[in-house]
Amino acid sequence: MSTFSGALTHAADVAPAAVAASGLFSLTWLLIGFPLAGAAVLLLWGRRSDKWGHWLGVLASAASFVVAVVLFFGMLGQADDSRTVRQHLFDWIAVGTFNVPFDLRLDQLSITFVLLITGVGTLIHIYSVGYMSHDPERRKFFGYLNLFVASMLLLVLADNFLLLYVGWEGVGLASYLLIGFWFVKQSAAVASKKAFIVNRVGDLGLSLAVMLMFITFGSVTFDGVFAQAGSASESSLTWIGLALLLGACGKSAQFPLQSWLLDAMEGPTPVSALIHAATMVTAGVYLIVRSNAIFNAAPTAQTVVVIVGAITLLMGAIIGCAKDDIKKALAGSTMSQIGYMILAAGLGPVGYAFAIFHLVVHGFFKADMFLGAGSVMHAMNDQVGMRRFGTIRSWMIVTWITFGAGYLAILGIPPFAGFYSKDRIIEAAFSRGIVVGLVTVIGAGITAFYMTRLFVMTFHGKKRWTDDVHPHESPSIMVVPMAILAVLSALGGFLLAYNNAIFEWLAPVTGFEEPHLAISSLGMEGISLVVVIAGAALGWFLYDRRPVAEIAPAGNFLTRAARADLYGDAVNEAVFMRPGQYLTRSLVWVDQRVVDGAVNGVAATIGGLSGRARRMQTGFTRSYALSMLGGAALVVAALVLVRL
Amino acid sequence: MSATLAVVGSFEIPTIEYAALAPIMIVMGAAVLAVLVEAFVPQRFRRVTQLVITFASLVGAFAMVVKAGGTSQIVAMGSVAIDGPTLFMQGSILVLAALAALVMAERQVDPSGDSFAPRASALPGSADEQAFTRLGWLQTEIWPLFLFCVGGMLLFPASTDLLTMFVALEVLSLPLYVMVGLARRRRLLSQEAALKYFVLGAFSSAFFLYGTALLYGFAGTVSLTGIANALSASAADSGLVVTGVALLAVGLLFKVGAAPFHQWTPDVYQGSPTSVTGFMAACTKVAAFGALMRVLYVALGGISWDWRPVMYVISALTMIVGTLFALTQTDIKRMLAYSSVAQAGFMLVGVVATSAAGLQGTMVYLLAYGIATVGAFAILTLVRDSTGEASHLSQWAGLGRRSPWVASAFALFLLAFAGIPLTSGFTGKFAVFTAGVAGGATSVVVIGVVASAVAAFFYVRVIVLMFFTEPSAEGGPSVVVPSAFTKSAITISVALTLVIGVLPQLVLNLVGQAGVFVR
Repeated sequence: MSTFSGALTHAADVAPAAVAASGLFSLTWLLIGFPLAGAAVLLLWGRRSDKWGHWLGVLASAASFVVAVVLFFGMLGQADDSRTVRQHLFDWIAVGTFNVPFDLRLDQLSITFVLLITGVGTLIHIYSVGYMSHDPERRKFFGYLNLFVASMLLLVLADNFLLLYVGWEGVGLASYLLIGFWFVKQSAAVASKKAFIVNRVGDLGLSLAVMLMFITFGSVTFDGVFAQAGSASESSLTWIGLALLLGACGKSAQFPLQSWLLDAMEGPTPVSALIHAATMVTAGVYLIVRSNAIFNAAPTAQTVVVIVGAITLLMGAIIGCAKDDIKKALAGSTMSQIGYMILAAGLGPVGYAFAIFHLVVHGFFKADMFLGAGSVMHAMNDQVGMRRFGTIRSWMIVTWITFGAGYLAILGIPPFAGFYSKDRIIEAAFSRGIVVGLVTVIGAGITAFYMTRLFVMTFHGKKRWTDDVHPHESPSIMVVPMAILAVLSALGGFLLAYNNAIFEWLAPVTGFEEPHLAISSLGMEGISLVVVIAGAALGWFLYDRRPVAEIAPAGNFLTRAARADLYGDAVNEAVFMRPGQYLTRSLVWVDQRVVDGAVNGVAATIGGLSGRARRMQTGFTRSYALSMLGGAALVVAALVLVRL
Repeated sequence: MSATLAVVGSFEIPTIEYAALAPIMIVMGAAVLAVLVEAFVPQRFRRVTQLVITFASLVGAFAMVVKAGGTSQIVAMGSVAIDGPTLFMQGSILVLAALAALVMAERQVDPSGDSFAPRASALPGSADEQAFTRLGWLQTEIWPLFLFCVGGMLLFPASTDLLTMFVALEVLSLPLYVMVGLARRRRLLSQEAALKYFVLGAFSSAFFLYGTALLYGFAGTVSLTGIANALSASAADSGLVVTGVALLAVGLLFKVGAAPFHQWTPDVYQGSPTSVTGFMAACTKVAAFGALMRVLYVALGGISWDWRPVMYVISALTMIVGTLFALTQTDIKRMLAYSSVAQAGFMLVGVVATSAAGLQGTMVYLLAYGIATVGAFAILTLVRDSTGEASHLSQWAGLGRRSPWVASAFALFLLAFAGIPLTSGFTGKFAVFTAGVAGGATSVVVIGVVASAVAAFFYVRVIVLMFFTEPSAEGGPSVVVPSAFTKSAITISVALTLVIGVLPQLVLNLVGQAGVFVR
């Protein structure tokens, strides 16, 4: 454990033990129960629920949010040290020394996530009622959304790593179903497959971590693991930390498993807002912050976390600069912002609370902007190319204002929300070292540039529409959720950070430490603000003052690289896919030439099924017997060798 | 000569503990009765009588297994052990056999009657055969064969000396060779599979027997405990032991379907009547793993350091070969065959753990895998076109649109094979992998985790094909509505797969109580 200073000194490892859920808190299971029941009804009831299904979906999510709010106020009424509540549902696995109860854990960290997931989730459910109103499969869509919310809540409420893994797989499944929702589109089907495969790699990391924990600590419950984290050897903690990081990279689209997120934009836009901006992609951050006791004792793993975060935050920002597809530009930005959170989470107690704070605020403004993008697409015949947008603000004034709030928030212009959260991360990064600090400042500058480019190309400049579009403002069922998120993007940061409220709230779980800076905090804020304004000004100069080409120009080397996602796919193909293909191809070759070849050759001369089958019989059995004999000889030889 | 006389002189009347052997005796007795039924009962009552005998004996034997719970003793003059693992595996075999029997009893799916040849002796394609088919002849010979096979399977994991084990091996194998050749459609493929299985099976039996002989040469006894004692007394004479152990293992690994002794599986699984494939894949694996573990743990436990490295390699090789070849299959039956090879590799991870946890984990895995296997092959019998079962992968495209329930059940079994949480497969994989790590086989477990990640791909590919791919234009195969037999087999398999996945406690407690092999 690091040392603490300042007024806010709490240590995560002296966190109070969880108390059994009673009274109000025995409602915790309802958080998951409502959306799960919603999903069950919507998916099993079938077409009979087509008429009212979407409202049931909204209701399930909203009910869960109401419970969350009630529980939150209930927790506020408790003393600081009795806010961690455990609800025991049943004994899941109990064999000898291996005990895994089906327990939910409600504490300051999980309720923060629960409020974000159900709150933003409900708004997105409401928005989807309008957005998906023309889709014949709308009921199924809401079933999947509810399934996702239930899985995500299980992920953040689980009291042990195995149960967390169940939620982890659940969100993966829901995400796969939702990305591929329009599976008739080839690109959507491919994107969902890609997300699935890349996520499997990450899941492998998490499952390895769980097994390593069981070997090291003999337990997979949070209390069991974290209480013993201090006494384990550093090398095993480092391996656990790295395995957890691999899991986090898969879900949170961090380098080197980032490639699926950009393609995942093939899903319906509310999905991008809910899963690929506000909630699921933050699961990696949750995992690292939740496992803080492990990372605090494994500095090497922490350093790797910081490096991964730094690389991703720059990669995402650079990719965001070159994309002409509004959703893909936002996806690049999501990668980059989550890079900030991962980086902060790698800084240790000085960064955990900031990571979570930025995560919540990012949930507000990124969901706001994605819904805004959806609103623009709705108006522009589902086009996504920003080169054919321009000057839309005059037709969609509300969308312009709400998107603008999100835009100012991500830039970090005071008093918008991002200013409070991002500057804290930059300060914490500088307290770690000058290089890390510079990366975060440069990232902020690039962010300002590409977000300005996106905003200006969409809402300002000249009209570059295709002939058949007639923009119009979206219906109020879509506008109202956007407006609420816009207000949160504008004020949320100030309210949460007022008097360090959110940091004090989280401190018993995550620990807290004020960053130490060479210069004053105010000076730091000034420097980053100057960089941000410079970036924004450059974007405004290049894309508002000068005409934008309707067809993308060839661009220089860097632009081309960024358009190709910095060759992430090319690397994947070269390193994983091609060798795999060669392997399967050579296996097919062996199967066809060596195994079938003899048979086929004979079959061609004799013809007819019977002749072929007869030949197969003799040829095969002899060779099988030969290989059995060879195998037996090898087994004998191996046993003799072992004996020697 | 004098030795023979001495044996005769000291001959004593063997004591047989009939109560403890009741499950085996009930099934064997029923098998004999079933042969008599074939001879004496008129054709029209035969099917009903056979079904009553079959199911009554399976249920009766299962009741005796349950009743014997908690016993741990060596009976029948030291040749059969009735202990926790034996009872658990006998129970599993009986449950799986009953499920498989439900599928075999189906007569509504195939328009020409059932899925077995009217006269197995008729030459494929001959005028005789066509006549039998035209006359609509049906056969009930499958039931005595089935019961003998189950009887052998019940004895195989319980044998505590190598000769009893060999007899059990032959009793379970011989009827199986015949059953493989009984498919009604694609007769040539079926007969080819039967002959292939028979030749290779005989070859492997020879290995087993030769291994037995060499170990007898070393220890002077064929009893597993006796061999263990001889091994602990002297470790000097390695030639006989090493060769004997290796040959014995080859014989058992063939039945298990482990690489490099696995090549028969795809051909035999594909050629057999599908209901027999399900029975064979599920029950033979339980019995063979039971015998393999008893030999390795009881007789060779003392020299585990010698055979463990070899078994590591075989386990890893089996997982890799099974997974990689399954990836390129285009026929569902062949894919499931290679998948069963891979599954055998995963189970071997539990075996190489050489601990109580490994034994118990493998037993859980066997039960979970067996249930999903019987269910999956039962569903294969339902998807048909005019020529019979439609087992080419491309024919399954879009099946989920037309028959969502059947496709969902199949998807569940595939997820169980893949080891996705909340299915029985996860419980099994978790049990063997944790046992493997605790037993020091971390490298094999890592290979296992990677292989299962790769394996998930080809399982999920079928699910994607069923639910997210447009069906081909010309209509493709349809799902036949079966009678209550197959319906209940599938329903029970689905229910058990979910129960073991969601409440693994039940079965984990059961194997926990089963404890370890009696010595």
